[in-house]
Amino acid sequence: MKKMYLLDDAIISPLGFSVSDNLTAIRNKVSGLKFHENMRFGSGGFYAGIIEKEILNQPFSKIGTPENFTKLEKMMLLAVHEILSKNPDLDRSTTSLIISTTKGNIDLLQENKGFPEKRVYLAELGKVIKDFFRFKSEPILVSNACVSGGLAIAIAKRFISAGKFEQSIIVGGDLVSDFVASGFQSFQALSDSPCKPFSKNRNGISLGEAASALLVSSEKRINTNNISLIGDASSNDASHISAPSRTAVGLYKSIQNALKEAQITSEDIQYVSAHGTATVFNDEMEAIALNRAGLEAVPVNSFKGYYGHTLGASALLESILTKHSLLNNELYPSLNFDKIGVSKPLNLIKNFESIPLKYALKTASGFGGCNLAMVFKKEEDE
Amino acid sequence: MSEGYKISDFVRIRNQRIFHGNKQVFSSEKPTQGFLKESYKFLNISYPKFHKMDALCKLGILATEVLFKNREIPADTALVFSNSASSLESDKQHRILMEATVSPAVFVYTLPNIVLGEISIKYKLQSENAFFISNRFDARLLTDYSEILLDSLKASAVVCGWIEWKNAEYDVFLCLISKEGRLSFSEENLEELYHFENE
Amino acid sequence: MSDLRTELKQSIIEQLNLEEFEVEDIANDDALFGDGLGLDSIDALELIVLLEKDYGIKLTEPEQGKEIFISIDKMAEYIEAHRTK
Repeated sequence: MKKMYLLDDAIISPLGFSVSDNLTAIRNKVSGLKFHENMRFGSGGFYAGIIEKEILNQPFSKIGTPENFTKLEKMMLLAVHEILSKNPDLDRSTTSLIISTTKGNIDLLQENKGFPEKRVYLAELGKVIKDFFRFKSEPILVSNACVSGGLAIAIAKRFISAGKFEQSIIVGGDLVSDFVASGFQSFQALSDSPCKPFSKNRNGISLGEAASALLVSSEKRINTNNISLIGDASSNDASHISAPSRTAVGLYKSIQNALKEAQITSEDIQYVSAHGTATVFNDEMEAIALNRAGLEAVPVNSFKGYYGHTLGASALLESILTKHSLLNNELYPSLNFDKIGVSKPLNLIKNFESIPLKYALKTASGFGGCNLAMVFKKEEDE
Repeated sequence: MSEGYKISDFVRIRNQRIFHGNKQVFSSEKPTQGFLKESYKFLNISYPKFHKMDALCKLGILATEVLFKNREIPADTALVFSNSASSLESDKQHRILMEATVSPAVFVYTLPNIVLGEISIKYKLQSENAFFISNRFDARLLTDYSEILLDSLKASAVVCGWIEWKNAEYDVFLCLISKEGRLSFSEENLEELYHFENE
Repeated sequence: MSDLRTELKQSIIEQLNLEEFEVEDIANDDALFGDGLGLDSIDALELIVLLEKDYGIKLTEPEQGKEIFISIDKMAEYIEAHRTK
């Protein structure tokens, strides 16, 4: 059974277009959530993490013609480009491409901006990315609600372990769209202020958009520390299609199975990167899952206070940040946390901390009752 | 490599007909919504939640009703589905309502994996889920991924296949994969079964 | 007054896709959630939309729904007291 290493990554987000810019912002508790005007909302607008079009077109124009690509495509293409420019010798004929998105170019349903109607199909988005970089094989496109970004990483590992391919570029992205905002609004699930994961006064999510890309391989890098995915598991709650299980059955099961595959116990986990969307129900469910798994004392954060909920990009983006946490031996603060607002104890990271780290757990959940847990390990260079 | 898994059973729903294996079990003259309602009645399904679902989820419930009938389905039976249109028909509905009054009951169906959730709830499957999007039926992807789940013991059985609702037309092909059965689980066999009745 | 209750039952059956129910099947004091009609959290959200769309009532707190949507009677009482349409 082959292992899988996380080699290189890229982040395109309101906090910056380089991983280092994003990490600097996070260390300094800078959030990408800003008030955006929108007449759908009684208050005149909503808080979200949105990338300004002009800021996107400028770097994109160095690699392609901005008018020929949709906003999401430009975000995702820039992310993949970043990986490829750092790995010029990567053989695109043997590198698989895995794409994660929940709604793709859904903004085209509202205003097609001169793009053909078929561009709204997710497979078309896949084709655009594949053709732009001349990947040989058909991309594997995962659309499984908000676990998609993490599931894509797990799927890569599953295929690599089985020897189906040796390396893969995983790219995930989603937009803040009126389509999604109006839907969450009807769910009464949007916060009226920047979201506050796990907090007493939390009252919903903030939406965000981002794209991120990750190069994974069965081969580790020499002369450096490496991060590998050593356990992954997914389990449906079988409870409700839009609310999480009250007993956290699916997430708890996923955590147990991921730990088992990793051949470690909850006592080995030193950091948990939670899903933490800041809805009343998700955070409560996650607190229950973590407690059931014996992880209540482990430092935990949510990145949603910095980015908002980036849907199909979220678990991929946050796994990348988890990787850097491990490599840098850093715990990043859970932004906007005030007082604990879940019924079970948790150890929320309130301030930046430097601490030796080896094992981390990433959790994610999504509509449709899906849940995912992944265990990452740092292997020190000998 | 593959440990001799079998296609234990399969179901096909297309052109107003339902096939269980190669045998036609139901046909109707009605267009989509009527067809779905009649199928529900014909299959004697007693599950009021059915009527709240969008067509994609109704198709999934009808198909698994046929596939799971008189079988014990292990709770770790993975669901590995795919299509090309995602949840586009429900997306279009939500898009129209956005101009008037948004309906939470419509919005909830604007993700393709909700059908996995509906099936999981009905049959209490706390299992691995994956929803893939591809232009055409990709037998290789489904075979490879299902085998990986079975080989790694993440699932003891898998339901894999294609479930499409696009431009008001539907095309469903789901297979139950396990160690039981006569037909070998392979990319070629899956491809052949999908195209049967598809000519 | 009984017209409103009938109207509500018809709206609920239609809006919430309660295909297997007729107006006669729903008693005015039947529990809407839990063991009665078995409505769930999405249905509750739909009822909030219905209140606003058909009767012009905007709930300031979605939790208010828990007291209002107990039964057809409770809903009718609330609507009679607060409707703006």
